[in-house]
Amino acid sequence: MEITILFYVFAALTLIPAFFVVFSRSLIHAAFSLLFTFMGVAGLYVLLSADFIAVAQIMVYIGGILILLVFGVMITKQVTDVEIQASVGRTIPATIVVAFAMVTLIFILWPVNWMQSDYLPEIEGTTMELGELLMTTFILPFEVAGILLLVAVMGAALIARKPEEVQS
Amino acid sequence: MEALLQSFLGDNLLTLVLYASLPLVLILLYALLAILGEVKISAWMQDRLGPMRTGPWGIIQPLADVLKLLQKEDIVPEKADKFLFNLAPYLSFMSAYAAFAVIPFSSQYVGADLNIGLFYLLAISSLNVAAIMMAGWASNNKYSLYGAMRGVAQIVSYEVPAAMALVIIVIFLGSLNISDVITAQSGPVWNWMIFGGPKQDVMLASGTVFSASWVNLVFAPFFIATFVMYYVSGLAETNRTPFDIPEAESELVSGYHTEYSGMKFAMFFMSEYANMFLVSIVTSILFFGGWNSPFGAYLGDAVGLPWLTAVEQLGWLVFKGLFFVFVMIWIRWTLPRLRVDQLMYMCWKVLIPFSFGIALIVGFLVVVL
Repeated sequence: MEITILFYVFAALTLIPAFFVVFSRSLIHAAFSLLFTFMGVAGLYVLLSADFIAVAQIMVYIGGILILLVFGVMITKQVTDVEIQASVGRTIPATIVVAFAMVTLIFILWPVNWMQSDYLPEIEGTTMELGELLMTTFILPFEVAGILLLVAVMGAALIARKPEEVQS
Repeated sequence: MEALLQSFLGDNLLTLVLYASLPLVLILLYALLAILGEVKISAWMQDRLGPMRTGPWGIIQPLADVLKLLQKEDIVPEKADKFLFNLAPYLSFMSAYAAFAVIPFSSQYVGADLNIGLFYLLAISSLNVAAIMMAGWASNNKYSLYGAMRGVAQIVSYEVPAAMALVIIVIFLGSLNISDVITAQSGPVWNWMIFGGPKQDVMLASGTVFSASWVNLVFAPFFIATFVMYYVSGLAETNRTPFDIPEAESELVSGYHTEYSGMKFAMFFMSEYANMFLVSIVTSILFFGGWNSPFGAYLGDAVGLPWLTAVEQLGWLVFKGLFFVFVMIWIRWTLPRLRVDQLMYMCWKVLIPFSFGIALIVGFLVVVL
């Protein structure tokens, strides 16, 4: 019973701000609504006994990506004085793409036999298993992802530099 | 503790809410003490008397301050983003309070005994960054925005050495559980992490046995360096002097909370003080034994009163925490403020390389010994 209530609380926390993200005209409002969506998703992960993923979700999405997003929007607006607003445009191509994605998702999700559990499953730590898998079975993808991120950071630093410093 | 509450109130939501609000009582009492401590200690350090008129030696000054804040008009600037402006102080305090959920205040009181407590601590503190950003942007004031941007840049940078300090302890102990960190340091004072961790085999809270011997003394110098690193990063994350660049009074009025007044200002103030207490408590948990008594024995065990043992443990943790809060106040009234470039130099070119070096050495030693 409690788990059902908790599920609906977290689902509401995920979906209601998600509507604001989509429909808000102000990008800052959209970004801050995303904060609550991320928290709701973290809560859903906890209900799925994925404790490590839940905390990683908060750490990476709220502590990293969201801050980066808000920083980007804020600096652009305050420094260049350009009012950044979400606008409505290219309605027809957008509708087609969204409808296509929607149909695909429905076709994937419809046949799944969703299990419903009435009790909160005992959370055993998933951290150790995750660590072992990352260091054994999935070591190659893990390291490749690391190299990709390193290359991205170096590329960003290169772009952000002043041009004359690059030549010297 | 939870069982005790349940025996009074029964197994219902009220019990859970009461159980979860116990740390709040502690934080509120501590905040009153810390406000008094800040004004009195700064006064003594500068050869002044400090507040003397409210009560004997000014000891009820914090209550007067709270009354003043309660009476103040709640001003919301006209051009501010009202919703976000009102939300930010609560989000800020929420993030500080959420971190207390995993802190074991004694062996009888742990809010949530998570397997990944240390990781949770790191993650939840990033919520505060969002709150600071929200406050700075919603105020629609250039000082607030500058303060917020400086604060966010500083906190995001110093999260790295703070996380590395935790990683070093985790490498040594092999557990992310905070109760494990504390039980590993049980017994006399030389079992504390600052002296190289446990010296004999110890049963961790999660049930595994951590084998150790006197050889662990070789870790002591590295853990002392880690402690300094964590404490310095903690100072930076709580925006305390010498890292108070985000609220530098002489340049930015008071940073991201310039436009706030009354109780909303009080919420920011509380969250800053709660964060100071949190960093101090985590420091004492990681390096100074948490709720462990330095003598390795408790009066409560000797006279056969289990509740007295729990109270003693709480007392030790609070005492250690308050000591590190005192050190923070001491540092604040001793050191001048860093420049922004010095701040970034300190983090990226001193603390982070050193922390990686220590992590490598400790990892090597753990494998070899």
